[in-house]
This record gives sequence, structure tokens and C-alpha cells, in this order.
Amino acid sequence: METKNLLKIVIVGHVDHGKSTIIGRLLADTGSLPNGKLEQVQENCRRNSKPFEYAFLLDALKNEQRQGITIDMARCFFKTANRNYMIIDAPGHIEFLKNMVTGAARADAALLVIDAHEGIQENSKRHGYILGMLGIKQVAVIINKFDLADYKKDVYENIVKEYSEFLKNIGVTASSFIPASGRFGDNIVKGSENISWYKGPSILEQLETFALKPDNLEKSFRMPVQDIYKFTEQNDERRIVAGTIETGSIKVGDDVVFLPSGKENRISSIEGFNSPVRKEIGAPYATGFTLATQIYINPGEIMCKKGDALPTVASRFHVNIFWMGKAPFIKGKKYKLKLAAARVNAELVDIINVLDASELSSIKGKKQLDRHDVGECIIETLKPIAFDFVTDIESTGRFVIVDNYEIAGGGIVIGKAEDESSLLKDHVQKREYSWERGLVTSSVRAGRNHHRGKFIVFTGDKDSGTREIAKNLEQGLFNLNLNVYYLGMSSLVGGLDSDMKAVIEDRDEHIRRIGELARIMTDAGLIFITVIDGADEYDLDKLKLLNSPNEILVVNVGENYYTKFSPDLNFPANTPVKEATEKIKGLMSASDIIPSYCI
Amino acid sequence: MDHLESLEAQSVHILREAYREFKSLVMLWSIGKDSTVLLWLARKAFFGHAPFPLMHIDTAFKIPEMIEYRNNIALEWKLNLIVGQNKKALEEKQTYPDGKIDRLTCCRYLKSEALKHTLAGEWPRYRLNHSTGKFDIDVNKEAYTGVIVGVRADEEGSRSKERYFSPRDKQSDWNVDDQPPELWNQYKTDFAPGTHIRVHPLLDWTELNIWEYIEKENIPITSLYFDNGKGKRYRSLGCYPCTGSVESTARNVKEIIAELKSGKFANIAERSGRAQDKDDGGGLETLRREGYM
Repeated sequence: METKNLLKIVIVGHVDHGKSTIIGRLLADTGSLPNGKLEQVQENCRRNSKPFEYAFLLDALKNEQRQGITIDMARCFFKTANRNYMIIDAPGHIEFLKNMVTGAARADAALLVIDAHEGIQENSKRHGYILGMLGIKQVAVIINKFDLADYKKDVYENIVKEYSEFLKNIGVTASSFIPASGRFGDNIVKGSENISWYKGPSILEQLETFALKPDNLEKSFRMPVQDIYKFTEQNDERRIVAGTIETGSIKVGDDVVFLPSGKENRISSIEGFNSPVRKEIGAPYATGFTLATQIYINPGEIMCKKGDALPTVASRFHVNIFWMGKAPFIKGKKYKLKLAAARVNAELVDIINVLDASELSSIKGKKQLDRHDVGECIIETLKPIAFDFVTDIESTGRFVIVDNYEIAGGGIVIGKAEDESSLLKDHVQKREYSWERGLVTSSVRAGRNHHRGKFIVFTGDKDSGTREIAKNLEQGLFNLNLNVYYLGMSSLVGGLDSDMKAVIEDRDEHIRRIGELARIMTDAGLIFITVIDGADEYDLDKLKLLNSPNEILVVNVGENYYTKFSPDLNFPANTPVKEATEKIKGLMSASDIIPSYCI
Repeated sequence: MDHLESLEAQSVHILREAYREFKSLVMLWSIGKDSTVLLWLARKAFFGHAPFPLMHIDTAFKIPEMIEYRNNIALEWKLNLIVGQNKKALEEKQTYPDGKIDRLTCCRYLKSEALKHTLAGEWPRYRLNHSTGKFDIDVNKEAYTGVIVGVRADEEGSRSKERYFSPRDKQSDWNVDDQPPELWNQYKTDFAPGTHIRVHPLLDWTELNIWEYIEKENIPITSLYFDNGKGKRYRSLGCYPCTGSVESTARNVKEIIAELKSGKFANIAERSGRAQDKDDGGGLETLRREGYM
């Protein structure tokens, strides 16, 4: 394959500091423009009697020419004897920060442009900060329009001093500071006699030294599970766990663990289409595996190798976020967090510090992140997820936050929050504190009913016979004169949940409502029975917490997938209904929920 | 990992994201080299399968070999092929070849309009019946919310501003000035009711990458791309009244790659044979804002 490697470079900096001119120059001076293009643009300028600028070469879009500023990032290509380059031109205007972020997030290296004449401006700093957060380690600072500073060495030295100090504060090291003039071509491709005191590389020379993104094969193995495929309709019985390997490598026969579920398995085969049989594969391939045993795992989990350092599993963590959303990032609102392949609901718990990105001074006491703010926060996911600290493994240590269908924030995980509390625990505590009781106490109620209130949750695979057992249990207990009620899930979805667009999409809220409902029903003294197909351990933990202080009994039918949660009872799929109900009644009696004469 | 492998890995990742997130997903297949590579990448991503329908908008002015090739591949690869068409415009002869309208309006009627209404399920969809080899009216009229398209950033100016996941509003309009951010591997996969998302897995591929991949994977491609014996070949495929060929004696994929590398076309746009691009200053961008591919 002769395709040369491609290095992606983003050009960032404050508006009007000359990014497009530098790109135009690079294209022209490396001979990368189509024949006649330069002359055509120059001719256009003559006809419209405006001075020619190299930046005009990039104005591919009509509306860009209308407004005279780069709105979106645009890509262009050039090559040297060494390799191919893609230049991403990121807009410098603050309104288009999300476009700058998009451009920069794709890059291997960055050129940060500062106008020698205007000096360091707000976005010179903001862009520098964001490059650091995006994980771009190769940054060259271009001090442009040096002709306007009369090629003076002290101008260069002052900017280098001031900007180096700023970069040091945010943990970024510049590869070089290059005095240049896009307009006259000084230090773009070659050095310049105008700046003979400067001995460092030209822009192109600097670019040639930048490295491609490393494959990270030596790091711990991480493959976020994008999906589990089984194309049975096409007569394909393989069950394939698919994803893109972010770091490390793995072999057939290796033991793996999926997080956050903690389920373990072994690699049986590495799958591919029209590709040679592989026994080993590593980052950054997009691939798929079959496993030695059939287990139920969810898309979004991270597949890791046993024996490697494993990711952290937690629901509260310490992050840095930059916010791009039109609406601010606030407490008490549910957001969607996407980290690697995981998607979970999340909330802002606390803002520790908000940085004024332009000055990078702290603003104390801010309660929210406004558009273009950078802040240090604690966030909490509604279910624990697996992640790494960004300093260990970047790709599983960064995330985005979705607000109202849009990616509104980007962030990196810098630590785990030590605090053991959770938003749900706080909620239950508050709820119980304000619970208004009637004059009938629960012990009086249990005395007359001859049994206590109890929440019985059946779970398991959809077709394992849970509903038959649950309904028969209701009938059996009712015939014993006990107060019992079976709630079918479709009754809830069609009624109480009818305001929800899709129960599948907002499963957390659906589970919350069942839990709150159970708290009321069990308080009323009922034995409240329901079936939740495929509830995971976090769903069950949540139901248990929401139903507290009352009690819950979990019956699993079919394969027991749980690793941390242990159901009170387990039955194989399609256990005879009578056998199952008798066993449940036995357990209820043994734990004094119902009187022993009932069995 | 070499550059082609990394392009492949990225495209596969994007396709899997789309398949995971959009319940109602379709891939546009124009029969050309790019969307055929895209289809091949889907088979890579899904281990030999294309688990969503392939849609072709048939303007009725396509070069006949294209249709023959399309049907053969669809049968061989067991594709769920859906064809859409602007029957009304064709019946009323509201087309450029019929001399009633200009090229851009013709593209708008036969491509953009046909695509928009076929995607929405408002116009009939013709589905390939694998047992008869004929096309039946598809009973499924559900609107597609995710549309996978094989555009590349290097094709022309407006395409270089696309996102991998690009939202379109109810009218299929593209708001170039206000596009969602994309960071790392996170794309816009949430969308408001009534809007849809165009997915662009080939954005970072160049014309040369496409041909190198076709060679590497041995992907069957229509012979229209090769020298027809008269020293001419098509570099970009479209409707025959508006598609010109280029001077070339390249008879196979290897020779096309050699030709591209020689720099012969370095100063000639890939779509230079496509007459509609030239009819106004930013023809394609105007069309693309309205939903053209």
C-alpha cells in the first residue's frame, strides 16, 4: 500500500490573526494549488479592486465570502516528499467555538496563531486551553504578521515570555514559537532573511517533525462495546461483540472482563469480513469477537483484559468541562452523558471552580457553567459507569454532555469523587423526612392484615415464564385472604408513563416511577407484585432504595446474570408455576412476611 | 496500521454508531465507486451483512450499465434494495433532456425531490424481490431518520464543511452556519422529532484512497470507470445527458491508481464532467442545502 500517512493539523487562534493566510501560503508555497487557481483569485481581486490576500484561496463557500470570516472548519490537503497533510482551518470567532472544537478534536497537532502586532488576545488563551483539554500534545505557536512588527526580536521575545507562562499554567508545552509572515511568506516553508536572528524551524519544517497519533498498543486493553450483533435472519449464528479497540491488544484465549457489570468471559475468536484469520488484534482496529460462553452484556460496557489495570467504576466523578450549549449547565437537570460507548443519564452535583477562559482566572461562587465557560465540577451518573482518568487512558477518560439533543459540553475525567453519597440517597432521605403519616401505623396495619407490605419484583429474560409465576402468586396469596396486587408493565406504560416519549429511552425515569409507586403500595400494606424484564443490578439497587424503608424481594427466572446483586430466589427458565409459587411462599413465610399457616 | 486501515476503522466505527442509534436507517447507493465502497464498509462493519436497506434514486437517465450492475450486485449480496423515482416529473417531461428546464432544476426534481419524498415514505418505494428479481411496491412507509451517504470532503468546497453526523430539518435543509460539534468519537446521535441525520462515513477519504481500497479489497466496480476502448472513461458517474468522460486509457483499477498518482488530474476537479456543478457559482452548495447528495 503506497498511501502515505496523513497528519492532521488544526490552525487555531484569535479572529483575524491570519490563520487562513498561513494556510493559503502553505498551499501555494508547497505547490498544492490547482494550476491557475492563484491567478484566478488574483484576477478576481483586481476586478473587484480589492487587494489580493492568500486567505481568499480558502473561501470555498459562498456565505463565507459574504461574511468575511471563517464560520466552519474547512479542510484542505497538501503533501511533502515525506507525507500527506490535512489542514483544518478552525474559526477564531467566539460564536463559532464549537466549530473550532470540532476541528481541533480531529487533529494530531496544532498551530496556534498570534498576531505579532495585536499580541495575545482572549481566544489565543481560550484556544490554547481547549487544545490542552482535547489532548493535543504537539502545539507550535506562530507569531504571525511579523512584518507589521518590523521583524523585531523584542516583540518576539515578549510574546514568547508571556504566552509560555500561560501555557505552563495549563500544562501545555509548545514545540516552538515561530515568527512568521503569511503575507510575505517569511518562515512558512523556508527560513527568512528578514528574521535572520531566528534559528528555529519554519512552519513546514516544524510540521515535518510532528508525529502521528500513537497506536497505544502497550497500554491496558480497552474496547468499548458498541454493539452485540447476531444476524440470525441471514443464517448467521455468530454472536459478535463489536467495537473499536482504543488501547492495548488481545489474543484468542485471553480472559476478559466487562465493566461496569463485572462479567467475565474468554475470547473465542476474532471476527472479520474479507480479512485474514487473526489470532491477535490491537488498537486502533474496529473489530469483533465471539466469546467462549453466552453471557448477557450491554452495549456501552468496556471490555478489558484480566490481569491489566482496570478502569474505575463509579457514579460520581471529578471533571473539567467546557460548555458550548446555548442554555447553561445547571444543577437539578438531567443530561445525557456519552463516554466511549456508554450513554447514561447524569446530573451536575457541584461546581468547584469556573475559569474565565480568556484570563484563566477563577470566578468564585458561580452556580452554573455558561456558554464558553470552562469549569471544574463534580458530576453524577444515575448508574455507575466504567472510565479511566484522562492522564492514564485518554479515550476512556473523556466524555460529552448532551442537552436537548445537542452536544453541549465536552469534558475530561480528572478523578473520582470520594464522597459516598448520591443524589438518589439524598432524595430518599428528604422524601422520608417529609412523609406525612396517617393515624394508622404500619404495625397496626400489618396486625390486622396478618402480613407485612412487600414489594416483589420478578425479573429475567422476557420469555422465561415470569408473568405466569407472578400472576399465579397473586392469585394464590389472594385466595389465602392476603392483600396482594399484580401490576402489569403495560398498564403502567399506557397510564402513569404515558407522558414519556419512549420508556426504553428513559428507562431511569421509568424505574424511578415504579420504585416510588412501590413505596406507596407497600406502605398501604400491600404485597405488590410486578415484572421487569432484564432489570440490571443497578435497576434493582435503585428500586430497593426507592422502596425503602419497606422491603423488596427479587425473584430471577432464567439465567442469573448478576455479578454483584444476588436475587432472593433464582429459578431456571420455565420452572413449573406451582413449584415456583410454593417456593416463594415458603421464603415469605420463613422471613415472617406472611404467617406460616399460609403454606 | 496504515492510512487505509485507519480510514476503514473510522468508517466502520461511524457505521456501527449509526446502526446502534437510528432505528430507521437507510444507506444511499448511487452505484458509483464511493457509495459502493461505503456498502463494502457496511459489510465489513456487520461481518458480511448490510443490515439496513440500500436506496437508489433512479432518475431514469442513468447509464444502462449502472442499473444492470446495481441489480446484479443486489441479488448476489442479498441486499435489501429500494428504488425511488420522481414519476410525475418524468411523465410530464419536466426534465433537462426533454428541454423544458435547466440542469439544476432537473437535478432538483429528479434527485433532491425524489430523494426527499422517498425517504419520507410519501412517494412509492420499489423493493427488490429476491425470489422474482423484480421490484415490488414496498409496504413500509416509515420515514427514515438516519441516512448514510458516501460524500467525501475532498470532492468540492461545500462537502469539506460536512460533519460525520449532520442534522437536516424537516425540509431536508442543511444549516451550514450552525452545525453540531463533534469531539473525539462522539457525534450527534440525538435528534428532535421531525428532523433526520445524514451520516457521512467517507468524509476523510480521497479519490485515490477509494481506488486503493477497491484494489486492496477487490471490490467489484462497474466497468464504466475503465477505458471504453476509445481512450475515454468516466471519472464520476451520473445521468448520461449531464455526465462527460475524461481522456484516459486506464483499463483497470491498477491503471486508474497509477493515473491518479501521475498527477494527470491534479488540476481537474473530479466532478468536472458533471455539468450541473457549473450552472451557477455555487451550484452544488445551493443544491446541497436543499438536500442534494
